[in-house]
Amino acid sequence: MMILSGDPPRSRVLTLVLVVIILALAATPFLFPGAKALNVAAKICVFAALVASYDLLLGYTGSVSFAHTMFYGIGSYAIAIALYGMGPNWAAVATGIVVGLPLAALLALAIGLFSLRVAAIFFAMITLAVASAFQVLASQLSWLTGGEDGRSFQLPELLRPGTVLISKNMFGFEINGRILTFYLVFAVSAMMILALLRVVNSPFGRVLQAIRENRFRAEALGFRTVFHLTYANCLAALVAAGAGVLNALWLRYAGPDTSLSFSIMLDILLMVVIGGMGTIYGAIIGATIFILAQNYLQSLMGVASKAASEAGLPLLPGLLHPDRWLLWLGLLFIASVYFFPSGVVGRLRHGGGDKGVGTSH
Amino acid sequence: MTELAASDPLPKPKRDIAPILLPIALALLMIPLIGSTSSWLTLTAASLAMGMMIFIMASGLTLVFGLMDVLNFGHGAFIAVGAYIATLVFAPFAASVQADSLLVNLAVLAPAALLSMAVSGALGLVVERVLILPVYGQHLKQILMTTGGLIVAEQTLYALWGPQIIPMPLPASLRGSFILGDVAIAKYRVLAMFIGLAVFIAIQLVLNRTKLGLLIRAGVENREMVEALGYRIRRLFLGVFMTGSALAGLGGVMWALYREQVHASMSDELTVLIFVVVIIGGLGSIGGCFIGAILVAMVANYGGFLVPKLALVSNILLMVAILMWRPRGLYAVTSR
Repeated sequence: MMILSGDPPRSRVLTLVLVVIILALAATPFLFPGAKALNVAAKICVFAALVASYDLLLGYTGSVSFAHTMFYGIGSYAIAIALYGMGPNWAAVATGIVVGLPLAALLALAIGLFSLRVAAIFFAMITLAVASAFQVLASQLSWLTGGEDGRSFQLPELLRPGTVLISKNMFGFEINGRILTFYLVFAVSAMMILALLRVVNSPFGRVLQAIRENRFRAEALGFRTVFHLTYANCLAALVAAGAGVLNALWLRYAGPDTSLSFSIMLDILLMVVIGGMGTIYGAIIGATIFILAQNYLQSLMGVASKAASEAGLPLLPGLLHPDRWLLWLGLLFIASVYFFPSGVVGRLRHGGGDKGVGTSH
Repeated sequence: MTELAASDPLPKPKRDIAPILLPIALALLMIPLIGSTSSWLTLTAASLAMGMMIFIMASGLTLVFGLMDVLNFGHGAFIAVGAYIATLVFAPFAASVQADSLLVNLAVLAPAALLSMAVSGALGLVVERVLILPVYGQHLKQILMTTGGLIVAEQTLYALWGPQIIPMPLPASLRGSFILGDVAIAKYRVLAMFIGLAVFIAIQLVLNRTKLGLLIRAGVENREMVEALGYRIRRLFLGVFMTGSALAGLGGVMWALYREQVHASMSDELTVLIFVVVIIGGLGSIGGCFIGAILVAMVANYGGFLVPKLALVSNILLMVAILMWRPRGLYAVTSR
């Protein structure tokens, strides 16, 4: 209970699903052989943390930010540039973290002070504009960021796939640097999610919820809403940058497509809404569903598309083309905002009743 | 406070002209910086044309927000749909498009634009009924719903037309420039300027000189009161939403011709631009939107000429500067 900050899943099915997901993630290197499964598992971990940090904003304060990938990108690029420039050593990793995280927090502070004073809608539009400018900036400053190609780099010795820590003949499994990196990603993501759970269940988190429900009333009660919102924005940016660091470490690469593009922002939105806003646990569920769909639904759709084109149906092959998987998730997104705004988690917790976020103005 | 007799005319609201002077001052300020008068004239004409196109696209968004308090994050989808529909008309009549006669060209261009507007408007009807009606008055859900709509629309365009960029050549008679002395002004830009001005004047006339416009403005001020007077404001809203979508479609056609290509991702790029314009102008204000569009275009053109590196972030800098001066945009609409 302590570790969950007194906010357990509160549903048997949900608990079961979460336990299965976490156990499966933890055991991926041994249960599912192959590089693809490990990649998928690491991506789920990184995105679970990233989406949880976005949930702090969207689900707990009710402000829609489109700049979350910017912070994610800052984390990714900071570590990539540091390791690229200083060579594969731990000092570079530390430099990347020490520069990247505060930079993200400062930028979040600036955006927050500038735009959180006004309505939620203003904040959404301004973050969208700032994020797109940042994206262009990152691709133009190619001497620093590598432009469209991004930056590939080497990891420190310990984390490289070639480093064998425990050889195969001892347990039947080989523990190498790649698996160690995976567990690093897993552990740090888990820690960040637990920390977020702590934040939302603190008095501070309660104030955020009060602001979400009725900003005017929260202000009348004497809470400095701009301070609270800005603080939440900075915290979310910090965790997002942390997730970005993990992402870059896992991919050994940072580039516009993997860490900055607007489509990642849409992915995050989809994950948080499908999983369930304002629950933190929803982030884990949403990220798992989404990334599994991203990686395995496509091949399924490929088969369906082929079948449809062989049957000579019009339109369907195009709509079922593997590249159009986002179309179906977009429809699912609209349906979930409409029919169950509290997402999978809210559905499991309350049965049919929708008491989640979004019913308020 | 002075007493008013019933026969006295109502006191006129004060005209706020500072925002109108802003683009003029900016343009004049640029003369010495740019140096040559001919390039200044060319750049100014380019900014006005670009500004008009942006205005056409953004006007629907700001009107819909002002009247219905609905922020449509999927507005860019109407722009892209409009552009794609125009390619449907352009492709079979490629010969007429390339014919060097203004009349023949316009005979293709005008139906293409009208068809795009009709389709975008019809799509607006569907979007309003399906996506926006269930979530009236809930900003968070509106943003999510319309963003979802944007994803679906963009992906559907990809599914129907494929992911490649579709070329959209300018009609032959609209290529090239008018040459006045040593000033060159592209012909298409002149056309864009005229269409933009016509749209602006039409919107202003409808809003300020007709009963419909009176009801719309009354609805912006106080929705319940208009309803209490027996007008079906829901229908009014729907009409405005469809008009806004149709205008976005028109803007999409014009932008596609300006860039001479069509791609589904144009909606993303333009969404950001029109958001900046709408914020600068003040959410819900048509006049502000007009000035904002011209300012954004001026900063893009002058900035691109003077300091090309700065052009990337110039929109953001402009927005920050304007919001420092007037935190709610150039013309703040009173009720919000």
